[in-house]
Amino acid sequence: MRDFAETSGVRVEALPPAGMVTLRGDLSDPRLGDALNAVGLALPDRRRIAAGSAGSTVWMSPDELLVVCGEGEDRGLAARLSEALAGVHHLAAAVGDARVRFAIDGKGARIALAKIAPADMAAFEIGEVRRTRVAQVAAAFWMTGPDAFELVCFRSVADYAGKLLASAAGNVEGIALP
Amino acid sequence: MSTRLASGGRLIDRTNPIHFTFNGKQLKGYAGDTLASALLGADQMLVGRSFKYHRPRGIVAAGPEEPNALVNLGDGAFFEPNQRTTVTPLRTGMEAASQNHWPSLDYDVGALNQLIGRALPAGFYYKTFIHPRPFWKHVFEPFIRQSAGLGKAPKDRDGDVYEHLYAFCDVLVVGGGVAGLQAALAAGASGLRVLVLEQWGHWGGRAPVDGAVIGGQSAEDWVKDALDRLDRMENVVLRAQCQASGVYDHGYVLATETVSGHTPGGATPRARLWRIRTKQIIAATGAIERPLSFYGNDVPGVILAGAVRDFVVNWGISPGDRTVVVTNNDDAYRTAICLREAGLAVPAVVDARPEATGALPEKARALGIRVLTGSAIAKVKGKKRVEGVALCLQLGEGAVTEEIACEAVAMSGGWSPVVHLWSHCGGKLVWDDALAMFRPDASRPPLGADGGAMVRTAGTANGVMDTPAVLADAAAAAADAVTAAGGQPADVTAAKAEDEPEAPILPVWIMPQGAGVAMRTKMWLDFQNDVKVSDVQLAAREGYESVEHTKRYTTLGMATDQGKLSNINGLAVLSQSLDKPIPQVGTTTFRPPYTPVPMGAIGGEARGDLFQPLRRTAIHDWHERNGATWEPVGHWRRPYCYLRSGESVHQAVEREVKNTRENVGMLDASTLGKVLVKGPDAGKFLDLIYTNMMSSLKPGRCRYGLICSENGFLMDDGVVARIDDETFLCHTTTGGAERIHAHMEEWLQTEWWDLKVYALNLTEQFAQIAVVGPKARKVLESLGGMDLSREALPFMAWSEGELGGFPVRVYRISFSGELSFELAVPANRGRELWDRLIKAGAEHGVMPYGTEAMHVLRAEKGYIMIGEESDGTIIPQDLGLDWAISKKKADYIGKRAQMRSHMTDPSRWKLVGLETVDGSVLPDGAYAVGQGRNENGQQNAIGRVTSTYHSPTLGRGIAMGLILNGPDRMGEVLEFTKIGGGVVTAKIVGQVFYDPEGEKLDA
Repeated sequence: MRDFAETSGVRVEALPPAGMVTLRGDLSDPRLGDALNAVGLALPDRRRIAAGSAGSTVWMSPDELLVVCGEGEDRGLAARLSEALAGVHHLAAAVGDARVRFAIDGKGARIALAKIAPADMAAFEIGEVRRTRVAQVAAAFWMTGPDAFELVCFRSVADYAGKLLASAAGNVEGIALP
Repeated sequence: MSTRLASGGRLIDRTNPIHFTFNGKQLKGYAGDTLASALLGADQMLVGRSFKYHRPRGIVAAGPEEPNALVNLGDGAFFEPNQRTTVTPLRTGMEAASQNHWPSLDYDVGALNQLIGRALPAGFYYKTFIHPRPFWKHVFEPFIRQSAGLGKAPKDRDGDVYEHLYAFCDVLVVGGGVAGLQAALAAGASGLRVLVLEQWGHWGGRAPVDGAVIGGQSAEDWVKDALDRLDRMENVVLRAQCQASGVYDHGYVLATETVSGHTPGGATPRARLWRIRTKQIIAATGAIERPLSFYGNDVPGVILAGAVRDFVVNWGISPGDRTVVVTNNDDAYRTAICLREAGLAVPAVVDARPEATGALPEKARALGIRVLTGSAIAKVKGKKRVEGVALCLQLGEGAVTEEIACEAVAMSGGWSPVVHLWSHCGGKLVWDDALAMFRPDASRPPLGADGGAMVRTAGTANGVMDTPAVLADAAAAAADAVTAAGGQPADVTAAKAEDEPEAPILPVWIMPQGAGVAMRTKMWLDFQNDVKVSDVQLAAREGYESVEHTKRYTTLGMATDQGKLSNINGLAVLSQSLDKPIPQVGTTTFRPPYTPVPMGAIGGEARGDLFQPLRRTAIHDWHERNGATWEPVGHWRRPYCYLRSGESVHQAVEREVKNTRENVGMLDASTLGKVLVKGPDAGKFLDLIYTNMMSSLKPGRCRYGLICSENGFLMDDGVVARIDDETFLCHTTTGGAERIHAHMEEWLQTEWWDLKVYALNLTEQFAQIAVVGPKARKVLESLGGMDLSREALPFMAWSEGELGGFPVRVYRISFSGELSFELAVPANRGRELWDRLIKAGAEHGVMPYGTEAMHVLRAEKGYIMIGEESDGTIIPQDLGLDWAISKKKADYIGKRAQMRSHMTDPSRWKLVGLETVDGSVLPDGAYAVGQGRNENGQQNAIGRVTSTYHSPTLGRGIAMGLILNGPDRMGEVLEFTKIGGGVVTAKIVGQVFYDPEGEKLDA
């Protein structure tokens, strides 16, 4: 059996604020991909994250993306996206202030998240995204490297999410997932 | 007496003694013991009292089916009632106490119930306690509550921690006996993801105890081998001490893992709830032995034959020097042989069958054991422990043929497959006459999302009883499961085991078959709930034909063991009484959980700080440091008011209202919902969502709007700001943000998918601060950067800019009747802006105000509040909001409903203002008293109070209420009910108490 947490040491860290943009539109419309490219972003595959020069693009639903960019850059980026999509039905809005980010990493990070999110953590791959919940709050997370995840949730529940993640990060030894 | 044998016990470590207490008595067991085996090892035969008659009861089983041996465990924060000793691993310092007796286990006053047993027949609740009526509440119920119940309720907060774990797999194997392991080997070889759960801390199930020989090895060695091979498979995970308790739709399975190495109070969880999603389930859950129904089958020392073997082989326990075995099948001879091989005496095997000539009986005879065929137990002698048995003919009426002294009785009435997991989602059973058991009907399995079988049973759980067939059955089930899960079955042949020929079982439901009523009232079916053969027969005579009704009438199978031992015997007795074949009577429904799941495990991490998420605005910390008393609004905490030292809550609210009216107040309005609606069809969409016209709103302007449900009832209200041609920002109530966003999405996704509109909930993106009062403009102007004059930014307009260096949108909207600006700023800068405004406002007397002042301010102004004036039964027309309902629009959500006759009925109560004659505050929710009484003899009501406050501005009580023909009755004085009796009189007035011309807010 694979043991994801032979040794513990899951680290949970609140990350500094980032800029974020919600883009809603028809992801299958090539004009949307072109617009993303035009502003330095890439179109991700379903449930994946795609890196670009202006930020990372996270797939959230068949008609929604979340762009993660530098702090303070989201309003400008949203405006540039709207410009590039002139005439194409879409919605682009800065949402970075609405969210907080956490980093969860270390051997056992998969187990920590498997305690609180109804997601298949054993099969999770680097670059994969899951829009889900952690215990009682909405969240999305993606895998940034081996045993490393980044998670976003709403700012109002940052306190709850931080305590929840810290609690889930304890006692991950000896737990195996098929 | 029961004792520890000098040697043996494959699960215990005799070098590691463990001390524990039972009812305060110091006892010793060994590592590897269950609490039950340790108790038996210490000659504790009597472990509890039964529920109804308080009969002495001992350990009867060795696994999760145990009905009797439940104890209170631990104390204080680690106290747990109803712990099943047969599945509780012994721990150092364990404090166990028996249940359901007073004053002590040995001398129990409740046992007097036995003497009046005739007055406590099946259904005695229904028969006895009906009359006289008041006696139920004052006499019967308190008495029953006092004497009923098993364990004590815990009094302290649970000191343990718990957690959940979500797991996904292709094939879930439940049961780590030889069938489960064989299935896991076969499924694992296919490369699919396999999870194997075993309820015990050890693997192999019954096979090592029963002496199976597999692949030329002992079962024990074969199990070790199989575990080694499974451990090496990357795609297989094995979890011991993990009890699968329920199968639910779409391959969802719950299992509870008792985390090994747990010590109370430690940081490791006591239990982990596995929430498993699997494609296929293989239930290799084995079988449970059935008791036989004979006189005194509940006396401590009467133990299931298989359990006796378990105790001898697994834990080195002797149930007594002399054990009489009573059976209707060959399997129980294994117990006789096992006892004899352990050096103990078996005075006789009492076999109900006319002959016993199979290999096992012959082996027993060869060991010198006396086999009495055609025989039965007439009576078990002894009260608190077995002293002997009286024998009779099975075909007779119980005339005693012989008495045998003994310390224990090992009974076997045959085996019932554990079909629970098969049945939870609708798997059907078939009655197997030859084996005398219900077994899974493979042609009617529980179905998964793909319409195919979701659960398969393997081995004894499938009614396959001998080891060679068990292994073949398990391998076949695994191949089927792998295929169904989308995999390619590997070429795995089942391990070969030695044949174990057995002669057929004889179904025996009552022993002896002609037992009279006196005997039948001492034949226990359900040990925990004290249901006897005579109770089920009585139910049948009284007309109960359905097994489900009989169950509820007699409480058969309704105890914490859920009838694992009693259900089949009970329904067989019922079928005999009704002269109907067993399959026609059928079984009761198998429902999860298979065994109890601790409440703490269900709660998981959700306790203490993590019990419920609290939502905090960007300014929350400031409120906390400045005297806020909190009001929960959804998951938010909003300041109700800000207490200053020496102030009461009422005084604080009065101060905040007055200061806002006279100087300037600040409100954290961040929690109000903000839904961005954008697209070429946004205007058209909002015209459908809101009752009034939104498409005609000009960019830069705001409009108040109402949202109704399909049934016309008022759901939410708020101000809509048009941002640009295609974009609107819809403000909702605090509690309405998620709900209204979801409402919009639902209509967009299910009904109006052709509209080009996107909606996005931006509530948390902005901190929103209301600056309110005659000096509000002065405060904002001191920050500089925007023209906020009446001309540049009139009432119900908004503008965007930089105010004191903050990027803000300023809305000129008012929920107070005062000159009011609401500032939306990116949330990360919310606190900074708030601090700046507090500082800038100091010279103008700024004070923060809370939700209660906000309520009072709006009530003085006659503004409605969702949840106060509306309650899900109110339409806007009731509230005089006809002006906010478009007559021009062809449609909006709720329009047709509002045209129904009941909605247009002129007698619907309508909103008005109310002023008490004496200036007092009307009680909240008070009714306006009408003439006469209704058909229920209640006073007629002609209205009710919806909002009521003391108005600091007017210095008197003000209220709003819904009154019959209210708007036509201005000036009329009505009587309102008061808590505790009496009435208050109040005059009907207009609902706008303050600044009816609206000069203030337009300043």
